[in-house]
Amino acid sequence: MHEMSLCENLISVIEAEATRQNFGRVSKIWLEVGPFSGAEPEALRFCFDAVSRGTLAEAAEFEIVPTPGTAYCMGCAESVVIGERYDPCPRCGSHVLQITGGTELRIRELEVA
Amino acid sequence: MCVTCGCHSDAVKIGGIDYTFPAVTQPALGAHAASTEARRIVQIERDILSKNDAEAEANRAFFRANGIMSVNLVSSPGSGKTTLLVRSVADLMPMIPVAVIEGDQQTSNDAERIRATGAPALQINTGRGCHLDSHMVARALPLLAPRPQSYLFIENVGNLVCPSAFDLGEGARAVVISVTEGEDKPVKYPDMFASADVVLVNKIDLLPHLSFDVAALEGSVRKVNRRAEILKVSATTGAGLENWYGWLAARRAALLA
Repeated sequence: MHEMSLCENLISVIEAEATRQNFGRVSKIWLEVGPFSGAEPEALRFCFDAVSRGTLAEAAEFEIVPTPGTAYCMGCAESVVIGERYDPCPRCGSHVLQITGGTELRIRELEVA
Repeated sequence: MCVTCGCHSDAVKIGGIDYTFPAVTQPALGAHAASTEARRIVQIERDILSKNDAEAEANRAFFRANGIMSVNLVSSPGSGKTTLLVRSVADLMPMIPVAVIEGDQQTSNDAERIRATGAPALQINTGRGCHLDSHMVARALPLLAPRPQSYLFIENVGNLVCPSAFDLGEGARAVVISVTEGEDKPVKYPDMFASADVVLVNKIDLLPHLSFDVAALEGSVRKVNRRAEILKVSATTGAGLENWYGWLAARRAALLA
């Protein structure tokens, strides 16, 4: 259940940005979540509702933007898309892959007032 | 409120002392009336763990400046992590100073086991929390005061899920798995095994009594992590521990070079 902790971190980043970019309320959050981020989107949504109460992001719409899991296959010398960390290369079946994307847990943008 | 699970903050103790979470400032609501102000989109592009990661970098800089080789030990409960640590501390202490940070939900049993070896140990109780974070370690460091040119072992909460996301600033991450667990654990908990620098396969003295397939375990590790060293050890008999100590020394030399 570290999604609760992640949401506390999310609120704290937003509060720091509120001071820096001069806004007082957040009405929508776009959060990029990759398949290898270690976070479960539905658990994030559940925890966000609890953690955002009484903050400037209370009742904000919470949009999770899934990002693809990508890897570089050494054998094919190409970038491929994979669903899980342990998936083989969809082209050649090799496990000699270097994960290049999918660990994102990043606030992309906010709708603020 | 506890940043980990929402529990009351006095549930977390570091060395028996109540731990205060960093304050989350909450600007008063209604300072701006949303309905009368133009909404706008602001670009953020910030990782939500950026605060933890920044404090982890500060810890890492402290370790480097003081010549401290720090190891974050993670595993399921029951892998023999504490027994391995007690043995490692006892074996390494004659050669190099060793200190230990112990993370558990409750009790200071593990810190007491370490202190029995003569090494300094500090217990962090996470209350209902499921992992250590870089701020807890930063708070523990001045209390424990690890000596320069030493090893610092940080035993994380027994959990193969949550601790994977939280960089503590460690110089190496060691995942311990015992041969009484399943060979497919690395693919069941891929995030943790993907982040390992070394995988310690513990309790190998029990292999004659089990149907555990070490090659299958190694295959599972390789599906998620190509680079981690895999070392077979027994904390009880001491088998293979020289390879673990050798690995630590080499890693220390590389990090502090």
